[in-house]
Amino acid sequence: MKTTNRALRTPGGLSVRLDVRALTVVLLLLVAALTASVVLIGTGDFPIPAADVLRTLVGDGNAGQEFIVNELRLPRVLVGLLVGASLGLGGALFQSISRNPLGSPDVLGLGQGAAAGALTVIVLFSGSANQVAVGALVGGLVTGLAIYVLAWKRGVHGYRLVLVGIGVSAIVTAVNGYLLTKSDLVDAARAVVWMTGSLDGRDWAQVWPLLGLCAVLVPLVLVNARGLRLMEMGDDVSYALGVRVERVRLLLMVAAVLLTASATAAAGPVSFVALTAPQLARRLTRSPGPNLLPSLCMGAALLVTADWASQRAFGAEQLPVGVVTGVLGGVYLLWLLVTERRAGRI
Amino acid sequence: MSTGTGVGTTAERSINSGLNNQRSTVNRLSAENVTLAYDQRVIAEQLSVEIPDNSFTVIVGPNACGKSTLLRALSRMLKPSEGRVLLDGQVIQSMPAKKVARTLGLLPQSSIAPDGITVADLVGRGRYPHQGILRQWSTEDERVVQESMRQTGVAELADRYVDELSGGQRQRVWIAMALAQQTPLLLLDEPTTYLDIQHQIDVLDLCAELHEEQGRTLVAVLHDLNHAARYATHLIALREGSVIAQGAPNDIVTAELVEEVFGLRCQVIDDPETGTPLIVPAARKARIKDAAGPESGAGAEKVAATEAS
Repeated sequence: MKTTNRALRTPGGLSVRLDVRALTVVLLLLVAALTASVVLIGTGDFPIPAADVLRTLVGDGNAGQEFIVNELRLPRVLVGLLVGASLGLGGALFQSISRNPLGSPDVLGLGQGAAAGALTVIVLFSGSANQVAVGALVGGLVTGLAIYVLAWKRGVHGYRLVLVGIGVSAIVTAVNGYLLTKSDLVDAARAVVWMTGSLDGRDWAQVWPLLGLCAVLVPLVLVNARGLRLMEMGDDVSYALGVRVERVRLLLMVAAVLLTASATAAAGPVSFVALTAPQLARRLTRSPGPNLLPSLCMGAALLVTADWASQRAFGAEQLPVGVVTGVLGGVYLLWLLVTERRAGRI
Repeated sequence: MSTGTGVGTTAERSINSGLNNQRSTVNRLSAENVTLAYDQRVIAEQLSVEIPDNSFTVIVGPNACGKSTLLRALSRMLKPSEGRVLLDGQVIQSMPAKKVARTLGLLPQSSIAPDGITVADLVGRGRYPHQGILRQWSTEDERVVQESMRQTGVAELADRYVDELSGGQRQRVWIAMALAQQTPLLLLDEPTTYLDIQHQIDVLDLCAELHEEQGRTLVAVLHDLNHAARYATHLIALREGSVIAQGAPNDIVTAELVEEVFGLRCQVIDDPETGTPLIVPAARKARIKDAAGPESGAGAEKVAATEAS
């Protein structure tokens, strides 16, 4: 049996359709993400057993552990979860809108755009961390807008979006290179670390804005998910079925750009999460459609696990999480290309 | 049915129609003096078309005559730069998208079956205009989907993946999806393209069945004139964005018309199976001879005359 859809109906005529398999995947991924988070909180120069971490999280730990857990490591893990979730969801939206697994923010150059914004602040103004985050946000939004305007002609089409994105990405990468050569050594080092994507030193100040944004955007996106699902069958079919195609697409693209740009502003351009999370989620749910919630959970689980791996493997001299996601994501992308090639799809 | 008066009243009505979009008309779908253009490229100007209710209307014409464009305008995919398309007396663009989708269905040429989607799932997506965020899958949805798959003969394929199906089966699945939309009006853009002959007939028989047994109004763009003449109850012949003739195939299809619309010399004879007009293109040698001699025109006229009488 290939369909695992079940419908729940109330006598009043209300009905909700659930994909049991997708729901199971979401639950398992949530458990995985939370487990990885607890393990990650326990990892570091002062290892804390998982049981103590849980006890401290519910407010029952000793003072030392409380400081380490609640002030140092919890915000960092939360930023990781939120960044991963935003990237996973943003990636799923972009891939669905462009009907192309390559149409993810990494390939489209949103990451580079945000980096350009951040670099401008670092190199030209030597700005503070918060100013860098704002710069990254602005850079990401401007890049997203540029891609939309350039790709817009009687509706944004998949391939045009990807190709325009690649072009924009190349231009912005050149700008970034120029900014780096202009900078002095200290700024350059700071810029390079930022550009790799790192969760180091993230605190509550990064958690709240990200959480607020997700609290608004995630429900908004999920409400429009049914329209997006139909849009995968082509603009004409979905339009004929009563989806306001252009409106839904614009709204979801803005949401995806905001999610990606704010995630990048918080942690730097953590590469390949937006590309891999939706694809992995899709393979687990085996369901067509944008798989938004599974991608979101997959992104969160992936990022936290990658952060744990980067700390675990390299100990005190911490490796930025972007290096791990880049290596794993790159390997995955190669594998994807090879299997798609074998299946004759590219 | 007299289409001549239909066109006349349309023109009058467009002048008389006041500020409100209401009007008293018998036909649910019509285009009034529409100008259709893609960007700057104008496809049709001042085109008026009525789709008779409960008809199987087929739009024919040579390539690039604007027949698909007209269908796109009728299904609100393309907004006319001038004039308007009316559905149940209202300008179609001003109506809520889902409401239109419950009245008028479209089977476009370009549709993509998402990777790994099953037949039942795809057909189920046709229920979208009847659903809402809290009414996602009613027993009615379930019933209509089963019914649509049964009518199109794809019920036994319900759990198969759409990508595994043959072209003919796939087209039936898409038609099933459009049927699940449960619209009294159904527009089909070249539903037989890329199908081999038995599947073409298969799809057209299915359309005729939907029209006859369920009383749906069908509008299709077809390439094959003989198919159009055989299945249509109402034919609209377009050339360069203008209606050259419209009416029942038996009344309007003549050798003259075919030559005027398609620039093709032919004979029109009675289809031995159905008695509808059958277009037989002139043989190559005969055409060469015709082109040389003055008798050719007389020959075509003679055929036309016999047809008209």
